[in-house]
Amino acid sequence: MIFYFLAVTLILSAILVVTLKNIFHCALFLIVAILAIAGLYFHLQAPFLGVVQLIIYIGAIMVLILFAIMLTSRISDRLLQTASRQSIPALLAVIVFILLALKSLDKTPLPAHIGKNFDPILDLGRALMTAYVLPFEVVSLLLLVALVGAIALARKD
Amino acid sequence: MLDFIIYLVIGIIFVVGSFAAAYFFSPHHPTDKKLATYECGEDPIKGSWIQYNVRYYLLGLAFVIFDVEAIFLLPCVLVMKSLGLIAFIELAIFIFILVLGLAYAWRKGALEWI
Amino acid sequence: MEIIVLSLILFGIGLFGALTRKNAIAILMAIELMLNAVNLNLAYFSHNLSNISGQVFVLFIIAAAAAEAVIGLAIIINLYREFHKIDVEEITLLKW
Repeated sequence: MIFYFLAVTLILSAILVVTLKNIFHCALFLIVAILAIAGLYFHLQAPFLGVVQLIIYIGAIMVLILFAIMLTSRISDRLLQTASRQSIPALLAVIVFILLALKSLDKTPLPAHIGKNFDPILDLGRALMTAYVLPFEVVSLLLLVALVGAIALARKD
Repeated sequence: MLDFIIYLVIGIIFVVGSFAAAYFFSPHHPTDKKLATYECGEDPIKGSWIQYNVRYYLLGLAFVIFDVEAIFLLPCVLVMKSLGLIAFIELAIFIFILVLGLAYAWRKGALEWI
Repeated sequence: MEIIVLSLILFGIGLFGALTRKNAIAILMAIELMLNAVNLNLAYFSHNLSNISGQVFVLFIIAAAAAEAVIGLAIIINLYREFHKIDVEEITLLKW
């Protein structure tokens, strides 16, 4: 029940994100879609991921996207219109892709739910500090490169 | 399950009900002065849909990076005690690399406010 | 099982948006939808197999998405300064 409520919200708002004309409204519906995904994480017993989704996506990335919309659109006409092209071929391609993936999903044996529970934060931290320590350091390098690159790009010289 | 439905219904009733009450019970006498954007008493110049200065964007960008860093630190700090010195060294490397980024941003003046 | 189908549909919607939109920021938002579909799938398998690795990968993907948004939006703002538009069909400087 909770799952279906979240799923319907997610699909409807995602469709509005890719079809609405006003790009500002698209960004607002993207926030709704991300909220629904955070709810699904809680539903999947991954509460830390849900909180991360709220803090990083809604608190940081969406704010940045809204900033960029306000910085780059011609605000004077106030409608912030954006057009689409070649909708029907794209729709056909997407439908074929979904049908193929469903077919292959049908052929794949999925393992049954094991049901062992883990601590959502402590096990995550232990995995990050032991098995995944190299990717963990590489993430900090990735963030460093992103920061330096973005500052170099965005400054007015 | 039942609590979810109760929360949902009460939440919807609360929001819709308070807006509906404000709509039905409040008087409507709009004038030009009342409809203007509130600017702490100053007369507003042009509309509120203006282009923002790119300087705000630089601060937002630094914020996103360090927000992600904080999220990564939280689960690691919680298990640091049980893993000992090696975890401390790993975290120190992680923070050192990002301090380099902070130093770059500072040096280039991305954190300055002019 | 339902969640795999849900994330498949979400990925399809994001793909549709990335194929059809002309505004660069709208394309970036469609890509965010696709990344979220992948994250949902990983979280589902992590829950189903009782293996923490899925959640670790979701964290890494979120970090990569943040870096991608920061750099992509900085490039888009530079494009706007240079050409005064962010329509990907009209910016054809490198097109042969």
